[in-house]
Formats: sequence, structure tokens, C-alpha cells
Amino acid sequence: MLRTFRIGGVHPPENKLSAGKPITPLAIPAQVIIPLSQHIGAPAQAVVKKGDMVKVGTLIGKSGGFVSANIHSSVSGKVNKIDNVLDASGYKRPAVIIDVTGDEWEESIDRSETLEKNCTLEPKEIIDKITACGIVGLGGATFPTQVKLTPPPGNKADLVIINAVECEPYLTSDHSLMLEKPEEILVGVTLLMKAVNVSKAVIGIENNKKDAIALLTRLSAGYPGIEVMPLKVQYPQGGEKQLIDAVIRKQVKSGALPISAGALVQNVGTAYAVYEAVQKNKPLVERVVTVTGKGVSNPSNFLVRIGTPINLLIDAAGGIPEDTGKIIGGGPMMGKALITPEVPVTKGSSGVLILSKEESARKPASNCIRCAKCVSACPMGLNPALLARSSSFSNWEIAEKNYITDCIECGSCSFTCPAHRPLLDFIRLGKGKVMGIIRARKS
Amino acid sequence: MENKLIVSPSPHIHGGDTIGKNMYGVLIALVPAFLVSLYYFGLGALIVTLTSVSACVLFEYLIQKFLMKEEPTLCDGSAILTGVLLAFNLPSNLPVWIILIGALAAIGIGKMSFGGLGNNIFNPALVGRVFLLISFPAQMTTWPVPGHFPMTYTDAQTGATVLSALQEGVTDLPSFMDMLIGHMGGSLGEVGAIALILGFLFMLARKIITWHIPVTILVTVAVFSGIMHAIDPVRYVSPLVQLLSGGLLLGAIFMATDYVTSPMSKKGMVVYSVGIGLLTVIIRLFGSYPEGMSFAILIMNAFTPLINSYMKPKHFGGK
Amino acid sequence: MILIAVISLGAIGAIGAIVLYAASKKFEVYEDPRIAQIQEVLPGANCGGCGYPGCGGFAGTCVKASSLNGLMCPVGGSEVMGKIAAILGMEAASAEPTVAVVRCNGTCENRPQTNRYDGVRSCAIATSLYGGETGCTYGCLGYGDCVKACAFDAIRINPLTGIAEVDEEKCTSCGACVKACPKNIIELRKKGPKGRRVFVSCVNKDKGVTAKKACSAACIGCSLCLKQCEFGAITIENNVSYIDYTKCRLCRKCVDVCPTHAIREVNFPPKKKKEEGAATAQTVARPAAQAKAAPAATAKATTDVAAPAAIKTTAPVETKATETGAAAAPVAPSETGAPVNDNNQK
Repeated sequence: MLRTFRIGGVHPPENKLSAGKPITPLAIPAQVIIPLSQHIGAPAQAVVKKGDMVKVGTLIGKSGGFVSANIHSSVSGKVNKIDNVLDASGYKRPAVIIDVTGDEWEESIDRSETLEKNCTLEPKEIIDKITACGIVGLGGATFPTQVKLTPPPGNKADLVIINAVECEPYLTSDHSLMLEKPEEILVGVTLLMKAVNVSKAVIGIENNKKDAIALLTRLSAGYPGIEVMPLKVQYPQGGEKQLIDAVIRKQVKSGALPISAGALVQNVGTAYAVYEAVQKNKPLVERVVTVTGKGVSNPSNFLVRIGTPINLLIDAAGGIPEDTGKIIGGGPMMGKALITPEVPVTKGSSGVLILSKEESARKPASNCIRCAKCVSACPMGLNPALLARSSSFSNWEIAEKNYITDCIECGSCSFTCPAHRPLLDFIRLGKGKVMGIIRARKS
Repeated sequence: MENKLIVSPSPHIHGGDTIGKNMYGVLIALVPAFLVSLYYFGLGALIVTLTSVSACVLFEYLIQKFLMKEEPTLCDGSAILTGVLLAFNLPSNLPVWIILIGALAAIGIGKMSFGGLGNNIFNPALVGRVFLLISFPAQMTTWPVPGHFPMTYTDAQTGATVLSALQEGVTDLPSFMDMLIGHMGGSLGEVGAIALILGFLFMLARKIITWHIPVTILVTVAVFSGIMHAIDPVRYVSPLVQLLSGGLLLGAIFMATDYVTSPMSKKGMVVYSVGIGLLTVIIRLFGSYPEGMSFAILIMNAFTPLINSYMKPKHFGGK
Repeated sequence: MILIAVISLGAIGAIGAIVLYAASKKFEVYEDPRIAQIQEVLPGANCGGCGYPGCGGFAGTCVKASSLNGLMCPVGGSEVMGKIAAILGMEAASAEPTVAVVRCNGTCENRPQTNRYDGVRSCAIATSLYGGETGCTYGCLGYGDCVKACAFDAIRINPLTGIAEVDEEKCTSCGACVKACPKNIIELRKKGPKGRRVFVSCVNKDKGVTAKKACSAACIGCSLCLKQCEFGAITIENNVSYIDYTKCRLCRKCVDVCPTHAIREVNFPPKKKKEEGAATAQTVARPAAQAKAAPAATAKATTDVAAPAAIKTTAPVETKATETGAAAAPVAPSETGAPVNDNNQK
């Protein structure tokens, strides 16, 4: 019996169209748009100005607070301007726009393909390098990695869990990375273990990626303390709390940090980025992005420079299909629908999904029939129907009492609802309001 | 910009489940029981079911169209289901005009007066049945004797059900085998125990319902009536007879599990089902009515909102 | 027999009455009788616009307060506050009546749609998702959160423009819509003499080019109005102009210079004939009387027409005075150029 998390969950059609496709480097675009807030927390402060020449890896945005991350140029060329640009958030936010000339890298970066296994750095030095290179969680949440590696006092990790479940349908970027860079990932995991001073790590992979499980299991024999754990396919297993529950059978208490369960969760892509940052001095300037969708003629995994407009990726995968209804940044369950395909790839872009008009149309909602299917589906053990109702009537007290703030916005409730009620729309609104109320009460 | 992109909050895909799929799933699960009743009650079963379904659908359409002035939602199959369940709770020799009154009570009072599907407090089919039981006690408690495809309707030969026989102190009960396959008197849908259990397994497999409500009700009835039987085996019949007689299986599998009127959390479902089981046995053994299933379900329906507010789902990271 | 029954029932009644009387005396809670008096004069809508929990809460606060400064029933206005002051024997704080103003000109024509929203029709939910269906991320979304918030049915979404519109007659300036609007477009502004107001009907903070691209009626922060204003009422911050209604003297010079017609004037008579302006002023009483006599439907129609008419026609009026004056005439309710809306005149 494979393990999985113990409350709720759904199993959407996997549709991993681009599985097994090699990672293809995408041509460097003529111009990149690098947003200054590509992570959760304070936006980075621009340290370049119009007309500056930059190389690949040049720092262009300096971390703007404790929870923030550095931003580096992903191309070489000249800063065209710093302006507010529409990004995947749906709002205009500051970004550095760079006109590309050539492909010149900062000298400190080791661009060779050789595997650097050994690391003599102290934990503090590893974390410093990760901070300098602007590494953030690459699973989509984009939480700055160095913050996670320095847990608040009183919390100590005794296990590193590597999130390689990739539970979102369609997406295959982590899968392809595991197949092509397994050793690098394992070294990255070892570095993470060293950074937080633990001796054990578990790589959780869903069982629909059998080739990756086999490969990593074989190679992990050479890396002490690392274990590969196949998990039953179940959405949202990639949720931090769900993954901890699946792997070590511990449920993080409501409102507590995941570290309180003694586990530090990092995405597999992050582990690779950590490897590159620590061993190769390479900042986070490119990432693997899946371009997929049933109408896409050639679903692919691309290695893309941060800041590349998404329409270039779509063009490389065969162009925008005729009946495109939605372009989604991320997966179909938690991704954001984009307003235009011109928004840039950011650190958190794991995929671009194109849905046809028919797939993207929501069906009209009817009355709630209290079938409780959302209750069964909710991985946090909440009552989504109740939360959505209290939120639509602005009854924040009831919403708070029923743990609306624990919602992880995975979308399982809306996905399941036979009445097609937009449960998560309301719950997300209520969650925001209630969190605001709680903050106001505290201060 | 002719081709405007659609923007909406996540999730962007849907599992494809619909209210209709669930309702028609329950209807499919009711087919074996219907076949059994067709075999034993023949023409009567057919007439009662057809009348009840068409009356329910018609009343729902008329009320939605002309009284509530909204788009009729017949396609979701909930009115058909109410019709079938109402018919299954009636004797197969009931005159058409009584069935019409029952359908009106079920749809009009039981469902639409609360605002339609999703807003009703009580199971509509049971509201219809209980309405008829109180208004027409004589007609509602004369049961045709089962035959083999009998072509009789209101002029069918009548006899007693197991429970009414027990109430009157008769000890000559149908054999255990007869009760399993449904060869006994009773409402047209409640007789075929095996057919009803088949329907239950089908609904479980299709994930239309969970096991909690039916199993808990049956276990409660078995345990409670078992205790009573142990105390005085002469006065109280064995739990097995209790389980297989009357509307217990039909009620536990198809009526108590009605989405709208049952609790949402698993804990709540168990509390609700224990309540139904206890009330059923109490009414059967100590009440003046021979059968208590419908009353038990309706009473617990009334407690559902209360149960919902006290019995929360198991919270992640909670106790 | 009857006698016993009567006596015993009477005795029970008498005992009950004594107990109740004693209890009511013993547990009596003293309440200032003025609270009840004040509640009498308050509108009783319990809208919360005053910032207190309902009219009762407001009445209680008034009684306890040492002065009425800062206390204001936005629904009842100075009239009600005057009565409260009389009850309490205090000076009424004078406050000018205000009205809710929707600061967005982004009609379907001015602001082309760039994408289609398919979520729940709620401004708050759409805002938490993204900027909106048009290139302007600041403007009115038109999903009607303000309409739902309004207890007086005074605000609605105009189906033609897709923008919220305030019915000045019904608006009590309670501020519920201001709180409900996630885009902070609605503002409470001084109603102005005869309901005449001048305001910048745009909150777009984008740079001029971007704003103009998204919406042809956007404020582009060009500061022409700023230079024109003699009273220092105009400030420009974050590429958007703002008129301070406490300083504005309604000269309307800013309206004339605004290149995108983002500055709106409402309830002014059409400007076409300067000399007749005086005549209009003299005859103000007459149209006002007519307006009172006219059925409510007409009054509503005028407000409905007034807003869109103001958007489109007021600014061209100046540049091509004669032509547009004529063009404006069919839209304006009366050809004599009577004030559109004299609701402020008592």
C-alpha cells in the first residue's frame, strides 16, 4: 500500500501530455521583462537604471526585506527601462526590461556540465550563497528559500522532505528535471540537509512517475541518508502539509508552521537550483517550464530564461491553437488565468497550460444540495459549502470559527461540486477578509 | 481583439460530476427493486410508479414555471427520484387520485415550499407518504398479497405485512427466504431485500453515497432490537426479522441517505443514523404504528441542521 | 362552583400582577428618556453610516457626548442633527450634506474590454484575482458590490456603461458603498449648491500613456487643470488629479481644459448662453416648483439622463459652444436650460 495524505483529496485526470519529453533550451528572446516581485514577500529594489549594461547573472534587484529575494538578469544586454508591467498577477507591477545583446555571463558562474559532488562549506555559508542567488521555492509558491532554511527559534527540522510529487495535472517540468538531472538533484538535497544540519531526507514522488522513481532510487544509494518514497497519486499531495502527512504521518496543527512537525519541505526544482547556486555560483536565471494543453501541437518542456514572454514559449510548442479559451500560468487546479500571453516567465512559472474555449467555460451553478462531496474532497478537513456560504453572506465570524484560514486554495471543492458552485471563489475571498480581521485584531 | 481570453479564479477544470449524474445513479440503483415489485405486484406496481413519477415531474414543472417564475430544472432528475421513492413507499393497490395528492404534498409541501432542491428540510417523498398515511390510513395500510405478475390493480387481494401482523400478535410470518427475495406483503419498493442491497452496492461503487448512513442504521436496529429480543424473546421478534421487514432497508439505503436532508460530516451521519435506528425500533415496538421508519427519518431530518452545526468534519491537524 | 372558579382565577391573576409589578420595580434599569426621544427623530434605517451600531447606538452616544461635534447622521443630515441638538440643548455641528460619487468614466466605449471574466460576479472576488476586464486596473468593474451594499436602493449599474451610478435623490451618503468598493472609486463629496459639483472622474494611477491607452477618458496626470485652478483646489499625486471639494469654487475652468474630459461637472445648466444664465438663475424657483409637481418618474429620468449626458457633452460645450449647445439640448431635460436637478433646493 503506497502512502498518501489521510484526509480528502481528489484525482483529476492526469493528462501528462509532455511526460518523457526532453528539456529543450529555448532561444534567448530579443527582450526580457524581469518583474521585481517574483516571490512571496517584499518586492526587490532595483539596483540598475536605464541604460546600464548587464550580463547573465548580474544582480538587478536587491532583496527588499527579510522575506524577499534577489533578482538577477537572465540575459546580457542593456536595461531599456524600469516600468510597471502587467505580469501573471493580473496587475501592473515594477519590472526591469532588458534589450538582449549576445549571451555573456558573469565570470564567477561555472557553466561547465561537470558534476560537483563535494562541498566543504559550512551551513551558514550554504544559506548565504542561496540568499545571494535569489533562490525561491520553485513549486509555485515562490517562498524565499533562505527564510525557510532559517526556521524561527524553537523549531528544528529533523528531516528534509523533497517535494517531487508534481500533483497538478498536465505539468511535467519537475518530472523531466528528475530524469535529466538526477545526480545534481541528489547533491542539492545533500546540500539542503547540510544547511539545516539533518541526516535524513525523503524524496516523495507520485507513483505515476515510475521511471523517475526507479532512477532516483538507484542513484540515491550513493548518497547517504536520502530515501525515495513512491506515493499514491492523489491531489493535492504537493501541498506542504499534505506531503508531510503522507511521508511522516504527522499533521501540522492549525495555524502552525510546517516546520513544527519537524520536517522541512523543499521542491525538487529548488533542490536543483540550490545545487547550481552553491556548487556553480549560478543565480536563478532560468527554469524548466512545461507548455501543454490538448490543443497544443507539440507539448514540451523548455529550459527558459526568466523574463521571456510566454507567447514565445507557446510559439515554440506549435503556436496558440485556434479555439484557445484560457491561457493558464501553472497547472489547471491552482494556476492563474492570464490576461494576455505577453506576460513574462517568472521564478514560479512551472507551466503554461492552454485550454480550449469549451474546456475553460464554467457551467452555471445551481443550488447546493448538501451532498457533502466537497467535505469529503477537502484535504484540510473543512466544510467548503459552509465556508463558501458564510463568506458569500459576509458572515466572517462563522467562517473564522470553521477554520477558513486553513484553506490551502487547492480547488478540490470546486472541482468536485456536482452543482458547479464556485466554492473556492467565495472561500478565497472570505479567507482574505478573515485574515485581515485577525491581523487587525492582533495589532 | 476578437479572441478575448477568459479569466477566472482557479480551479480551471471540473471533475464532471453533476446533480443529474447522482440522481440518475440513484434511479439506476432502484431498478432491481422495481423489477422485484413488478414481479410480485404486477400491473399495480407499474401504475402506481408511473402515476407518481409523472405527477411529481408535472407538479415540479408547474410550480417552478408559474408560481416561482424560474427556469424549471427537470433535467436534474430530482423530481423523478422523488416520484419513484414516493411510489416505492405506497401499496400497489392505491387509487390514482390518492397518489396525485401524495405527489402534490411531496413536491409542493415537501420540496417547493422551502425553495426547491437543496433548501428542503424534510425528505419530500417521505413528506408525501406520511401525509397520505395520516390522511388515508385505511387505504395506506391494506397491502396486496404478492403474486406472479398479477394483472390486478385496485381490486387485488389484500393481506398483512410482517410488521402489521406482528402488531396484531400474529406469529405466522413469511419464511426467511421469502423475506430476502421479497415474497411478502408491503409497499411496492420495500419488499426485495436482495434487490435493495444490490442497489446499495451499486451506489457505493459509483461513490454516490458513503457507507456510513445505511450501515449505521442497520447496525443500530440490529443491536437495539437484539437487546430487546434477548430480554423477552416472546414479545420482541428477532433482529433479523426487524432488519428484513417493512421499509427499513429501503429507508436506510435510499431515503435516509438523501443528500439534502442528511448531515454533511461523517460524524454527523453516524449520529443521525443512530437516531433513526433507535427511533425506528422504539416506534415499531412501543408505538401504535406498526412501522416507524418514515417517522424516524423525518424526525432526524429535523435535527440535521443542529447536527451539522455541532458535528464538524475531522479537521486536518485537529484532534 | 362558578364563584370558586372566579375567585381562584382572580386570586392567581392578582398574585401574578403583584409579582410582576414587584419584579419590574426591583429590576428596573434606568434609561435616559432622551435616548428614546432622539431615536424618534432619527431615520431608523440602522444603516451604520454614522459609525455606531444602528440608530439606538448613535442616540446613546449623542446623549453621553459633551458636544455634537463629530457626530453626524449622514442620512438625516443637518435637519435631524438640529432636532437632536434641540433635545439635548446643545449646538448642532454644522455639516454640509454629502453624496456618493463614482469616480470612473470607463464606459464600454471609452475603455475597451481586453479579456472576459468568468468567475463569480463580485467586485471583491475579481479584484483579488486580477485587475479587471479592461486595460485599466483601477476602474469600475461593474459587478455591483456597491449595489448590494446600498440599503437605500440608491446605486445601480448602468447596463449601457457598465459603471455604477448614484441616484442623488435616494443617496443618504451613509458610505456603505464606499466601504464595499474594492477599487476605492466611490467617494463622499460635498453635494454642492444646487447639487453642482466638479470632480475628477478617474482614479487611474498609471502613467499618462498607459492610462490613455486603456481608457480614452482617463486622467493622464497632465496637470493642465492644476495650472488653471485659481483656488489651489487641485493636487496631482500618482499621475492622477484630485479636486479638494472644500476649496473648489465651481468655476469649471479645469473642466474646460481637461484633454480627456476626465473632469466631470454635474447639475450645471448647459453653458450655451451666458446672458440667459442670469435669467435662469432668476427663474430657478419656477423649474423647481415644476420639478416638485412633476411625478417621481420624471425626476428619476432626469438623474438617469444627467450622468451620461454630462460625460459626453459637457466638455465639448466649451470648445464648440454654439454647435454642441444645440446638440446638448435634446439630451437635456428642458430646452430653456433649467438646472437639471434641483433636489438640493428645499
